[in-house]
Amino acid sequence: MNGKKGKIWEENVIIETITRLMVPFIQIYALYVMVGTEGAGGGFQGGVVFAASIVLFTVTFGISKGRKRLPESWNAALNSLGLYLYAGVGLLCIVLSLGAAQYLNYAALPLSQIMSPAHTRALMISDVVEVGIGLTVMSIFASIFFDLAWKGEGKKNKDKNKGDKEVQE
Amino acid sequence: MIIPLDLILLFFLVLIAIAAISVRDLLAAIILLGAYSFVIATVYVEMHSVDVGFTEAAVGAGAITAFMIAALARTKREASD
Repeated sequence: MNGKKGKIWEENVIIETITRLMVPFIQIYALYVMVGTEGAGGGFQGGVVFAASIVLFTVTFGISKGRKRLPESWNAALNSLGLYLYAGVGLLCIVLSLGAAQYLNYAALPLSQIMSPAHTRALMISDVVEVGIGLTVMSIFASIFFDLAWKGEGKKNKDKNKGDKEVQE
Repeated sequence: MIIPLDLILLFFLVLIAIAAISVRDLLAAIILLGAYSFVIATVYVEMHSVDVGFTEAAVGAGAITAFMIAALARTKREASD
């Protein structure tokens, strides 16, 4: 397009601006899918949409910048945190009711003395558990994408992209 | 559920699937698989299964296409045989 190979991938103002505009809206939509509605379900889909925003950012700005936004330590922390949210709320029901309630029986939480037990169940299922599933799915999908696209160094990645452009032309 | 619309969409589905397995360029095959996912998501939504359609559109057309392109960047672009 502008003659210089490799520059096309690095600094395309249109693609960068559109990505900067779209990523927050995609993430808000992912949060809406996760916790926005009353009913249960949507954690997996919301996590996938959230991971798609990270993939879009990485494709536009390069893998080292994308890794800077979501480092590997954060990745490991987030996917365990999601699992701990899901399983920990379930275990908390057993612990707080001293073994009287079952695993994942949310009505045994002391929150149900403020709200009704049905409201407690609805809140726990549609907010806490969904956020846990969404965090795990998001970090696992982003981790798979980073592992597939990572080529050792960021510079090598740019060279590979330049080679791709040469093949196309 | 509208039967003629279903038949048209399923016809396109078979067409895209045959094109995806017979094309030589692997990048074209990946993009055709993304189109396949999009069409089958439309079929799911048209059959009043919005949840399955939304999952198919998010995973099949969004995430899997990006993963396959990232995997293609590590291999050759043409089919070998």
